[in-house]
Amino acid sequence: MAEAATRTANASQPVICVTGMRKEYRMGTETIRALNGVDCTIHENEYVAVMGPSGSGKSTLMNIIGCLDRPTAGEYWLSGENVAKFGDRALARARNRRIGFVFQTFNLLPRASALHNVEVPLLYAGVGRRERRARGRETLERVGLGDRMNHKPSELSGGQRQRVAVARALVNEPSILLADEPTGNLDSRTGEDIMDLFGALHEAGQTIILVTHESAVARRAGRHVHLMDGVVTDDYPTSELDPADVSRGAEAPPRQPKEPSR
Amino acid sequence: MSIIETVRVALASIVANLLRSSLTMLGIIIGVAAVITMVALGTGAQRAVDEQIDQLGTRVLSVMAGQSFRRGIASANRVSLTVDDYEALVRDAPLLAEVVPELSGGRQIKYGNKNLFHEVVGTTTNFPAVHAVDIAAGSMFTAGDLATRRRVVVLGSEIPENLEVTADSLIGHTLTINRTPFEIIGVFEEVGQRFGPEPDDRLFIPLTTAELRVFGQDRLRGLSAQVADDVSLEMGMVDIERVLRREHKIRPGEDNDFMIMNRRQFMEMAQASTEIFAFLLASIAGVSLLVGGIGIMNIMLVSVTERTREIGVRKALGATRFNILMQFVIEALTIGVLGGVLGIALGAGAAWALVEFAGWNVFISVDAVLLAVVFSVGVGLFFGIWPARRAAELDPIEALRHD
Repeated sequence: MAEAATRTANASQPVICVTGMRKEYRMGTETIRALNGVDCTIHENEYVAVMGPSGSGKSTLMNIIGCLDRPTAGEYWLSGENVAKFGDRALARARNRRIGFVFQTFNLLPRASALHNVEVPLLYAGVGRRERRARGRETLERVGLGDRMNHKPSELSGGQRQRVAVARALVNEPSILLADEPTGNLDSRTGEDIMDLFGALHEAGQTIILVTHESAVARRAGRHVHLMDGVVTDDYPTSELDPADVSRGAEAPPRQPKEPSR
Repeated sequence: MSIIETVRVALASIVANLLRSSLTMLGIIIGVAAVITMVALGTGAQRAVDEQIDQLGTRVLSVMAGQSFRRGIASANRVSLTVDDYEALVRDAPLLAEVVPELSGGRQIKYGNKNLFHEVVGTTTNFPAVHAVDIAAGSMFTAGDLATRRRVVVLGSEIPENLEVTADSLIGHTLTINRTPFEIIGVFEEVGQRFGPEPDDRLFIPLTTAELRVFGQDRLRGLSAQVADDVSLEMGMVDIERVLRREHKIRPGEDNDFMIMNRRQFMEMAQASTEIFAFLLASIAGVSLLVGGIGIMNIMLVSVTERTREIGVRKALGATRFNILMQFVIEALTIGVLGGVLGIALGAGAAWALVEFAGWNVFISVDAVLLAVVFSVGVGLFFGIWPARRAAELDPIEALRHD
């Protein structure tokens, strides 16, 4: 992972910069404010847990950061580029190359094998068949599914499916890994496994943002961002909370946030 | 993403959803096949009639002997057409290109030890040309045969069959008509059933020979007249009427003692009824096409809507709108073209079976094939692409939320 070094070196450049983010939905006659002016900056190689009760807008924020949704107002700068200016192609490119998204409900293609699912991002990146296959295998092996490549999602357990989803998110070497409640549909044991995998990825230099409402999951992250009713209520490094709780994350030196929490 | 990759994704998707793909294809196959077969049947029937009209020549009028009326009462059972009338028509009716007399009666035919009873017809050399009959063996008798009242005979195609010999072997041999020997000089090709004279079971001898050597009288059963080029049938009828009324000394105001028939009228009736038949078949085919189209539309709409989530996933992973659209275009196109080809094969196969096993006339018209294929494939494409396009326009998260 030679890239990890470069990433750390460039850490001063924020990967994600969100300012004054608002998102409103119409539900019949009611207007729901999912995000009500969110500011947030995330740097390379950070491991951020976005927390908050359900309805706090954390998933909405994730979807906007993942370029899956558009904000009603506010700006989103992805590696110094204004996402609002992106057209269909640029958005597709950002989703394909810069972002790896892990969904709570996996969102695998049900009729395709694990390997085929993992190959999809490479397909849209224009990678040739042979290389696609090789990288797909490699990534599946990395998440510990080397022996399940030709199984369809329905033939895999929940944890295995989530591993396939993680492999799919990682296969194109994105700069940011986004995970929306990655353990939400898993039992605690499998959830632990997935979190171990995320920890290992972070150690290898991967920028990770995950949404969760489980403190056990959040504890592994280096930074916590709390959302409530569409605004950020708290933003602090995990070490400040209780360094003793950071079991696995403690191996790495405590990460200093580039901007102090507000 | 290259076009080959897109094709591969689309084909994989068709295979992965085999049942859905086959159902869509079935709609197209049935629609196309129904149209092809039914239109082929209708067109075939129409063509058969048209062909008969062509064969017969629509420029031929028939003149039949009728009864003469005096003050509304039939004066006698007098047969009103004679060889003199024929000669008058040839001489004095300038609008007629050909006149063919028929002086006929049933006679005993003997060949070797076989006895047959057939109609013998005295006629002229232009009979085969006017009635579109070909010579299968030998030749037609000549003007010289007519002038010298030679005893020569040309046979209808059934006669050799009845004698259980081949047409060729009869040429040059002798048969007797009422014990008078005749030399067989030709045999006609089979004509089959049609509107007009059916020469298959008749024997043809020179008019003069018939008049003087066989029947001993000059009364014609009827005659046919072919009007000259660029003369209408109506003009021809007027010409015949003028000459025959003069010959028969019919005074103005009196009815004709003969009938002129325009065979085209019968043909036109037949044509009209086959047209109705063809139209009916085409309507049924149209309904099948429509029902097939609705089937295609349903399955395409449902299946693409069902796949909105898939579209969301693909977009979330980096597919552009164009990528999605192309995948669905190729899927719909493949299903459509494959269904179209299979439909053509099935329709043509059914048409062929109708010819082979039912002996019906069919004709596969290119227009019908094109119409059916373009319609079915068009419906498939439209309802395959339109919802996919709508889904591709959505933000991925909206497509993913779709259930």
